[in-house]
Amino acid sequence: MSTITTTQAPPPAPQASPTTGADEVAVRTAISSIARPPNANPLSAALAFGWRGMLKIKHVPEQLLDVTITPVLFVVMFTYLFGGAISGSTGDYLDYLLPGILVMSVLFTTIYSGVALNTDLTKGVVDRFRSLPIWRPAPLLGSLLGDSVRYVLAGTVIIVVGLILGFRPGAGVIGVIAALGLVVIFAVGMSWVFATLGLLLRSPSAVLNAGFLGIFPLTFLSNVFVEPETLPAGLEAFVEVNPISILVTASRGLMEGNAQAGDILIVLAVAAALTAVFAPLTTRLYRKH
Amino acid sequence: MTLQPPLAIEATGLVKSFGKTRAVDGVDLTVRRGSVYGVLGPNGAGKTTTIRMLATLIGPDAGSGRVFGHDIVEDANAVRGIVSLTGQLASVDEELTGRENLILLGRLLGLKRPEAKERAGELLEAFGLVEAAGRLVKHYSGGMRRRLDIAASIVVTPQLMFLDEPTTGLDPRSRNQVWSIVRALVAEGTTILLCTQYLEEADQLADRIAVIDRGKVIAEGTPAELKASVGSGSLHVRLLDPEQRLDAARVLDRELGAVTLDADPAALSAAGADADRAAEAVAELTRSDVRIADFSLGQPSLDEVFLALTGHLADASAEHADPIEVEQAA
Ligand SMILES: Nc1ncnc2c1ncn2[C@@H]1O[C@H](COP(=O)(O)OP(=O)(O)OP(=O)(O)O)[C@@H](O)[C@H]1O
Ligand SMILES: [Mg+2]
Repeated sequence: MSTITTTQAPPPAPQASPTTGADEVAVRTAISSIARPPNANPLSAALAFGWRGMLKIKHVPEQLLDVTITPVLFVVMFTYLFGGAISGSTGDYLDYLLPGILVMSVLFTTIYSGVALNTDLTKGVVDRFRSLPIWRPAPLLGSLLGDSVRYVLAGTVIIVVGLILGFRPGAGVIGVIAALGLVVIFAVGMSWVFATLGLLLRSPSAVLNAGFLGIFPLTFLSNVFVEPETLPAGLEAFVEVNPISILVTASRGLMEGNAQAGDILIVLAVAAALTAVFAPLTTRLYRKH
Repeated sequence: MTLQPPLAIEATGLVKSFGKTRAVDGVDLTVRRGSVYGVLGPNGAGKTTTIRMLATLIGPDAGSGRVFGHDIVEDANAVRGIVSLTGQLASVDEELTGRENLILLGRLLGLKRPEAKERAGELLEAFGLVEAAGRLVKHYSGGMRRRLDIAASIVVTPQLMFLDEPTTGLDPRSRNQVWSIVRALVAEGTTILLCTQYLEEADQLADRIAVIDRGKVIAEGTPAELKASVGSGSLHVRLLDPEQRLDAARVLDRELGAVTLDADPAALSAAGADADRAAEAVAELTRSDVRIADFSLGQPSLDEVFLALTGHLADASAEHADPIEVEQAA
């Protein structure tokens, strides 16, 4: 065995080198050298899964681009194409548009939580997780933790692009952070919905399609781009009760320093309601899967 | 001393259906601690489904099972605390590195962060994965992935380990490595339930074997008992000219009986051959002007075990190796 030598080791399919391969004695030592620790507590199990989520962002940072590139294009396009016509100046329109785009891009990102969960299920690793003596909801809560980081990063990208283009929020840094925080809380509520979809549908692309089918009309039939008053009456009524509109209004308010407490409460209530319904559903589906 | 439950697995009448498919149809298993128990069967026999029930991933529709005395339904969490699963699909995270996979499992199994790191290092070393430790698992070769998978299963040593087709798709070298790891595990006292499609693998590793087909155990015993029930080895012949296969089949059928045509169009096998009769049959082939590329006397293949045990061939390979009707062909 030890006389085998290889001449090359191309990265994608590493060849055995003289030192690779399991060593039976070392394996035996490794087996006998560990005592079973007490089971992981719920928090550290969830945190370990959160760490897993971060590692995935670290290994494939491009995935953030996938979801932010469209919103960034929207910001640039709308600001320069319509900014002058709608608000008189591009700077004014950007102040109006950016909170909406922030909401849109973070909500797009939530779809990927469902997609990632569905992708996971097609891999054998979930079977291993489910065969571990851990608190049942830990994998879901942990990935939610990782996802929240993703939402913050996606939101930050949009805000930075806006600042470069001339976005000047009236309430300064605090306002922007508060708005981002609110959007992320709402996104966490939404991601339970997509997690449920992710467990119900057959393939990652089905989740992606269903997700966009739901999110696209909701974001476009909201006040992300234009004030509802400019719309036909029936549409206006829908736009006004659309929770995404309320979230956008609240974020604009926070960024400008004139937020209505009522809007913020509605957003928090919707997020809580989505979580209350879909989190237990997701956990139950995950357990059965 | 506490009284230890004598059996690692005790399952009776396990049933699991998916829609109309009865994937597992009344399986009984008795596995002693410290042994390697082979579950042998073709594609779709119900091996994975049986493992998934015993590892508490899915509940049985009927029947019951105990793992080291713990009920797999009532006491699922206790079962999870003492088993580990190396699934048929690699049960490691492809989007993490090898080292990260092991640290993650260490953390999930209750090790503190520094302990988990140290344990990961130790296992990477033992399994010859140090160089690959920092690479994403999706870039690993099949053999490396399997080794990592098994390493992940012993981050904390389990009392019972499920190994689902650990060598399917591996080259002989990687297969031998996996076998030596399995032997090391057994030597350290871990009980192993090994699913496989290969009689040779079960023969090499298992103390006892259950042959399952269409969700039912159709034979059970030690490898020697099983082989004896099938008869002696079988003669494998490969011809220079595939055109002569039917002629060869006729000769072998007369000399030995139970001829099967292999997937290779120039190859065929005949069961029930001891060395003398095989030599005689080969001589007879030569006398009949059938030109032989090579021949060997081997263990009965899984196909032959099936043929002998069930009278029908394993479904998955049916299209490759139909039992031939020599009279019709003639
Ligand atoms: N989740 C599922 N949904 C529907 N059918 C299933 C499911 N899992 C297994 N089956 C069916 O149950 C039967 C037994 O499958 P199982 O995976 O247990 O077989 P196996 O012996 O592990 O086969 P293989 O050697 O191919 O891995 C097959 O017919 C399979 O199609
Ligand atoms: Mg299987």
